Amino acid sequence: MNPAPFIQPLLALLRAGLALALSPLLLGVINRTKASFAGRNGQPLLQSYYDLWKLLHKGAVYSRTTTWVFRAGPIIGLAAVLAATTLVPLGGLPSTVSFSGDLVLFAYLLGLTRFFTVIAALDTGSSFEGMGASREVTFSALAEPALLLGLAALARQSGSLSLSSIYSSLSFDAWLEVGPMLALVVAALMVVLLAENARIPVDDPNTHLELTMIHEVMVLDHSGPDLAFILYNAALKLWVLSALLAGLIIPIRSGNPWLDGGACLLGMLVIAIIIGIIESSMARLRLLRVPQLLVGASALAVVALILSLR
Amino acid sequence: MINTDIILFLLVLTNLRLLGAGRLGASVRTVAVQGVLLGALALLTHHDHLTVAVLLVALSGMVLKGVVFPWLLFRALREAEVEREVEPFVGPIMSLLAGVAALGASLWLARRLPLPESPNASLLVAVALFSILVGLFLIVTRKKAISQVLGFLVMENGIYAFGVGLVLESPLLVELGVLLDVFVAVFVMGIIIFQISREFDHIDTHELSKLRD
Repeated sequence: MNPAPFIQPLLALLRAGLALALSPLLLGVINRTKASFAGRNGQPLLQSYYDLWKLLHKGAVYSRTTTWVFRAGPIIGLAAVLAATTLVPLGGLPSTVSFSGDLVLFAYLLGLTRFFTVIAALDTGSSFEGMGASREVTFSALAEPALLLGLAALARQSGSLSLSSIYSSLSFDAWLEVGPMLALVVAALMVVLLAENARIPVDDPNTHLELTMIHEVMVLDHSGPDLAFILYNAALKLWVLSALLAGLIIPIRSGNPWLDGGACLLGMLVIAIIIGIIESSMARLRLLRVPQLLVGASALAVVALILSLR
Repeated sequence: MINTDIILFLLVLTNLRLLGAGRLGASVRTVAVQGVLLGALALLTHHDHLTVAVLLVALSGMVLKGVVFPWLLFRALREAEVEREVEPFVGPIMSLLAGVAALGASLWLARRLPLPESPNASLLVAVALFSILVGLFLIVTRKKAISQVLGFLVMENGIYAFGVGLVLESPLLVELGVLLDVFVAVFVMGIIIFQISREFDHIDTHELSKLRD
């Protein structure tokens, strides 16, 4: 069943292309789920693609108070997420680029994206955006340990430091053997996914009320292609984190790339639907409660790590 | 067969939930779940030589801790008409972190203790120690008298887990006697909480330290 060796690089490129092409679709799936919960028809599944296309053909407006930092923010952010995309395996299929320790690089590429979003927001000089930046940094400082500790538990369990080999060593047997530990990591990563993508219960992607916005407020001043970059950046971030989660939850490692990849893609669609359900059925947490949720996720990840050390 | 590991693991999660809980009602319910889990633990560890004594200890534990205690505590809460917040001295985030540290410490300690030959004894002792530590922590860091009853129950749960999981032929009378003691304790504490709240309009133990004639 395994393809000939010379096809491997081509397949790796194909997987990278898949992420680039399909990631806005996940946003569409979430929106459609929310719409059907609310009894609406909702926007078309491909709405994110239309939005990206429209924004890319617009001009950008820059305030005179902004500097090059403001213009560099979306570009560097997108570049960092693109680099992170190449590190993430699709289920059992290895990532395009992999080396020992790439999970640390992965976590900090996401951190770099966030850093540039934040300083671009601060660069506008708007106190409103500064408030959003401050909240974003507070929450991400708490979400990052959950991500790193969860990945550390997985790394300890599989005895390797590269995302691709961690994920290829997962199987149904692993779930039978250390199921509780894996379940804890899944729970921690789910919270990280919701926090990193500015989803309910951490942040509401639709809100435009001053006091509740976190992520949305930081990108208020971006327009045209810059906003398109930020939208695409968000879609890719959702893609990479749900790929990590789906690869954990669906441990199908048959060796057939089409079956393994297909199962993982299906899992990602299901995760998008679950996010839609969470957004429809939960209220946003009070700002004071969000750190508790994130520290709770970190605590779960630490328990997973302790269990894996046993 | 369901692995006892899963039950132990759920016990750890209920303890963490207690540390992070913000509402008294949620805490009471979590302690109830913990009681039921302990009964299940007793049944599972002895499932290949199930005797009447084991059944009696497990089922009476389940009924007492899962149904009777929560009912008593909810009644005390209702009659004392207290606010539903936990009001800790140490906030939920620091409590959770302390809990994680306690878990690490009890796993470390359990590995160094000389234990009888028994499957996954190390994990069981660790979870029992962890429950005792969490119970102590709850007693020390919570203001309301009812949280201290809960902390006391969690400590007792830890001791129960220790006894039920390790001692294969635990004397029936001892276990039942302990259960009866705890029952009386919770019953009396429920009444005391009501009396305190009627006398002082609150059940804040912090204020009680300033009592004078």
